Amino acid sequence: MKVSVVVFPGTNCEMDTKYAYEKLEADVELVFHKDATLPANTDLVVLPGGFSYGDYLRSAAIAKFSPIMKDVIRFANEGGKVLGICNGFQMLLEMGLLEGAMKRNSNVHFISKYHHLRVINNENKFLQKLNIGDVINIPIAHGEGNYFIDEQGLEKLYSNNQVLLKYADENGIDKNPNGSVDSIACICNENGNVFGLMPHPERAIETLLGSSDGVKMLQGLMEG
Amino acid sequence: MKIIVNIQLKEGVLDPQGKAVHHALSALSFNEVDDVRIGKQIVMQVNETDKDKAVARVSEMCEELLANTVIENYEIEIA
Repeated sequence: MKVSVVVFPGTNCEMDTKYAYEKLEADVELVFHKDATLPANTDLVVLPGGFSYGDYLRSAAIAKFSPIMKDVIRFANEGGKVLGICNGFQMLLEMGLLEGAMKRNSNVHFISKYHHLRVINNENKFLQKLNIGDVINIPIAHGEGNYFIDEQGLEKLYSNNQVLLKYADENGIDKNPNGSVDSIACICNENGNVFGLMPHPERAIETLLGSSDGVKMLQGLMEG
Repeated sequence: MKIIVNIQLKEGVLDPQGKAVHHALSALSFNEVDDVRIGKQIVMQVNETDKDKAVARVSEMCEELLANTVIENYEIEIA
């Protein structure tokens, strides 16, 4: 299993992501944003969290034009698995690989804390090791995580089973930290090979450090 | 030629920053304010003499990079 983690100027979660996937015994390579192509045997591309290009203009607005992104788009269009975490999710939205857009959190503050999430759909590679209705607890850390999509787009997401996780309380009841439409925390594309979420599964892989609920998610992408 | 691009969140898209500023203005007793929307202004110097051409090019810039048309509208103004 070869995981390519793309590093942009301002990315700050690449080492956590590398550590997490290496712990799961994947072969991880950090790929620089100026590279023209992904390593040839890549099975999974991760766009990690951070503040690419200082969040100038809009979060992830500039990163989408990095040289490597053409190859990431090709990889995704050919059915390759792509995971965007936090800033990486924002990139996938800016690139149009996922639908919708991110706005400032509704309370206008940067939110950094553990948050519960409820599994909405598990018929996909990312959440296949979890059950519908499972409540997991993993960290969120973002200032622009207020997911927006128009009503028509939202209907389409639901009818294609593209809504994967929602923000919830410990009992699994919707609880919205940032104003996201319908408390949505994670979506995928129609083909089920591109995944984006604001929470950080790579920061939840050790029970000793608070939670290991991220492990099953990261593992899901290593199977099938 | 100097060109000004104004970018605003689309109507119907809630503006959290505008709301927070509105709240702060109310706290300062500026009660006549009914609504606040916050946008971005981009001022650029463009090397082009034909106005129509310049506007067409800047529209392209807005579509590709400057605005996120999922949630934002843009207006182009020649200064």
